[in-house]
Amino acid sequence: MAEKYDIRLSGTGGQGLILAGIILADAAILDGKSAVQTQSYGPEARGGASKAEVIISDGQILYPKVIQPKYLLLMSQEAARLYAKNINPAGTVIIDTTMVSDIPAINAKTVEIPITELAREEIGNELTANMLAIGAIAAAGNIVTKESLEKIISKRLAKVAALNIKAMNLGWELASKN
Amino acid sequence: MKREKKVQLLQGNQACSIAAIDAGVRFYAGYPITPSTEIAEFMAEELPKVGGKFIQMEDEIAGMSAVLGAALTGTKVITATSGPGFSLKQEAIGFAAIAEIPCVIVDVQRMGPSTGGPTSVAQGDVMQARWGTHGDHPVFAFSPASVLESYELTIQAFNFSEKYRVPVVILLDEIVGHMRESVTLPDPDELTIVDRKRPTVSPADYAPYQPEQDGIPTMADFGTGYHWHVTGLVHGENGAATGNPEVIDRQLTRIFDKMEKYKDEVNLYKTQAADDAEYLLVSFGCTARSAAEAVAELRQMGIKAGLLQLQTIWPFPEKTISEYTTGKKCVIVPELNMGQVRGEIQKYIDKGIPLYGINKINGEPITPQEIINKVKEVAK
Repeated sequence: MAEKYDIRLSGTGGQGLILAGIILADAAILDGKSAVQTQSYGPEARGGASKAEVIISDGQILYPKVIQPKYLLLMSQEAARLYAKNINPAGTVIIDTTMVSDIPAINAKTVEIPITELAREEIGNELTANMLAIGAIAAAGNIVTKESLEKIISKRLAKVAALNIKAMNLGWELASKN
Repeated sequence: MKREKKVQLLQGNQACSIAAIDAGVRFYAGYPITPSTEIAEFMAEELPKVGGKFIQMEDEIAGMSAVLGAALTGTKVITATSGPGFSLKQEAIGFAAIAEIPCVIVDVQRMGPSTGGPTSVAQGDVMQARWGTHGDHPVFAFSPASVLESYELTIQAFNFSEKYRVPVVILLDEIVGHMRESVTLPDPDELTIVDRKRPTVSPADYAPYQPEQDGIPTMADFGTGYHWHVTGLVHGENGAATGNPEVIDRQLTRIFDKMEKYKDEVNLYKTQAADDAEYLLVSFGCTARSAAEAVAELRQMGIKAGLLQLQTIWPFPEKTISEYTTGKKCVIVPELNMGQVRGEIQKYIDKGIPLYGINKINGEPITPQEIINKVKEVAK
């Protein structure tokens, strides 16, 4: 059976979760794997629940949506309410404690990081929270290599690469400690 | 236009847009609407680079009309929309059918009716693609299930539209349109690209609706000295409106018969474990992905399930349906509508074979598990 990673990134519209999903999928391709990225969001440009899903596999990916994620990112209280229950018990949940104050019971390993606060205070721009988050999730699950993530961030976010790579590295470092 | 073959992450809407330009499209007019907007965005950026034109019109009706005008000058054209906009385009699609103007219309299906759910998936426009405009008319429709198919079927759509002078609909859906997937596109230099037949006679001898042996008239580009009348009124071989029942019969029957005459050539489909299957799934678009996963899992459980994935929806592939359904214990049709494709299958399937649907219209995809459950239930 080909190794398969099911990843769900959930939060609020405007946090850049779909972009985070794209970067994760692109990095996986650079690592020589197959990837599919899908999304669901409301009609609003900002606000409203937003969810990006990524499946990474050594083999062919048939059904493109995630049924039960092995890696889950929660970046809003609403996302925690909706998605925290549905997790592979062998998986990991990354929780942005800046956005999720009331952490529900989770039947899997959890990694708590004040993602949004660190992006704002340590990196100096809250908009880098999504890159900090994928650094954390990628390291927690050994999903993609850090080198590939750096390359893809440089390519996709050329004008603001340095700051975003810094944020990704911080996320990577914090999740590796857990 | 040479392109290096390499794996890349592409969206279904993007792959469709790249294919359009590879097929030779140099004109886009439309009005953006979710979940098709990425196609307009891509065209606005890329068409000028290859000498093409992009126009954002005041609405979808104008978008459809503008592409028809451009097509008459000899240009390949595309427009993209979703449910509400597809409804608006219908009148002009009828004009394309009767005036035999090659054009491709992308409908990235979302939940309907009306405004419905702009970001929610559906496959409810199957019948609208066929019968959305009034009167008996031809229209072809293809439905991709992956990013690569989105590219491949768009190339085919242009080839068939040019060859048979028929409006062609690409029935994408929110999942395949928005989905990003690792894909390797072909080198455009290796593609077979078909262009419409142009007249070889002098302008004085040109009869715009005089069919050749294959039933298709040659088409002169406006601005090249050929003067001809293009009208939505039923017309004779010379292009002038007519009330003569004999001429009308000859012309309208010829146009309508494009569906029957070319249905085998236009018929594209894929199968997975279908030949020895006892339980056959027939599906299309994003739902074919759920069905493919279900078949793989059912086979692992020792249940003989198979899949017939329709890529061509119109003309309806009746021969393929009867060929693959014959001898099956039952046929199940999962689709994100209330049974639009199942109803067509009902017409062509052996009446002794039980036919079931799995239908969903709440904006969520049908999961592989739901299909597995249904197969297990009927297999008891």
